[in-house]
Amino acid sequence: MSLLDYFRTSKTSSASVAKERLQILVAHERSSRNQPSYLPQLQKELLEVIRKYVNVEQDAISVNFEQDETQETLELNIVLPDYHPKNT
Amino acid sequence: MARIIVVTSGKGGVGKTTTSAAIAMGLAKKGHKTAVIDFDVGLRNLDLIMGCERRVVYDIVNVINGEASLNQALIRDKHCEQLYILPASQTRDKDALNQEGVGKILEDLKKDFKYVVCDSPAGIEKGAHLAMYFADDAFVVTNPEVSSVRDSDRMLGLLSSKSRRAEQNQEPIKEYLLLTRYSPERVKLGDMLSVDDVQDILSLHLLGVIPESKSVLTASNSGTPVILDEKSDAGQAYADVVARYLGEDRPHRFIDDKKGFFGKLFGSK
Repeated sequence: MSLLDYFRTSKTSSASVAKERLQILVAHERSSRNQPSYLPQLQKELLEVIRKYVNVEQDAISVNFEQDETQETLELNIVLPDYHPKNT
Repeated sequence: MARIIVVTSGKGGVGKTTTSAAIAMGLAKKGHKTAVIDFDVGLRNLDLIMGCERRVVYDIVNVINGEASLNQALIRDKHCEQLYILPASQTRDKDALNQEGVGKILEDLKKDFKYVVCDSPAGIEKGAHLAMYFADDAFVVTNPEVSSVRDSDRMLGLLSSKSRRAEQNQEPIKEYLLLTRYSPERVKLGDMLSVDDVQDILSLHLLGVIPESKSVLTASNSGTPVILDEKSDAGQAYADVVARYLGEDRPHRFIDDKKGFFGKLFGSK
């Protein structure tokens, strides 16, 4: 640390960048920590079933598990392609 | 009733062994009979930090396998007769530890000791799991740095789900934060996460802030826990940590940049 450092302090500090990144990451990791362990498998099997009928991409399906004091919610989201029937 | 303390962090190199040695010595110097156990089988180092590496005859794996008694394996510290060290094995692999064996050792130690400090290895594998499994209190050692904070948060998740207290629905492990290698000057410049930043993320009970200090290396060079260096900032900070853990109310030190204008101008470290 020296005199020069006094002229470099006005930039966005790297510590605040670090804090912001950590807050997002830790919140994400905490929410997935409480999820039931069957979730990835469930997601995989659901995708297989849906693909029997509709051509969807791997990332077109999302399974979210949320928890509050009173209830647990399992949310399933499938984005269908514009033209979806597999056999016409 | 004896308390089992785990010193843990997830990440390596943040100061677990330094902290284990310091707080075990601090508790013992306060008159509490204390044992400190190295769980890092294959990479033991607590013996070196405590300065008893040449007196190791038996280790924790010998005790688990029935090749030595607990009393034969415990090494009495040369500075404080209330303090005993149980070294890890250097030659076995980490699977040599098992839950039953560790549980038995801790039960036996609890009959005779007031505090048992478990120095966890880095990572989240068997040694780390067994070090924290039976704990009553956890000292989470964290550096003000992104990967360390993230790993600490991961450890907190494990403490609250994979410990004996969690599995048996007992009162949860008491978790304390120890922020180590802290540099108030760098925090002031915005180059380092502050205590408050880390607390905003981990929200733990802050037991103490240990400043980045030359005295830690000096202490490990000579094999004397840094808490015995009463003149050093790190030694005093650890003494505060021990006092706070034992219920004393001590204001936090070493958080603010105390260096005066001239210190900054001419730069010092």
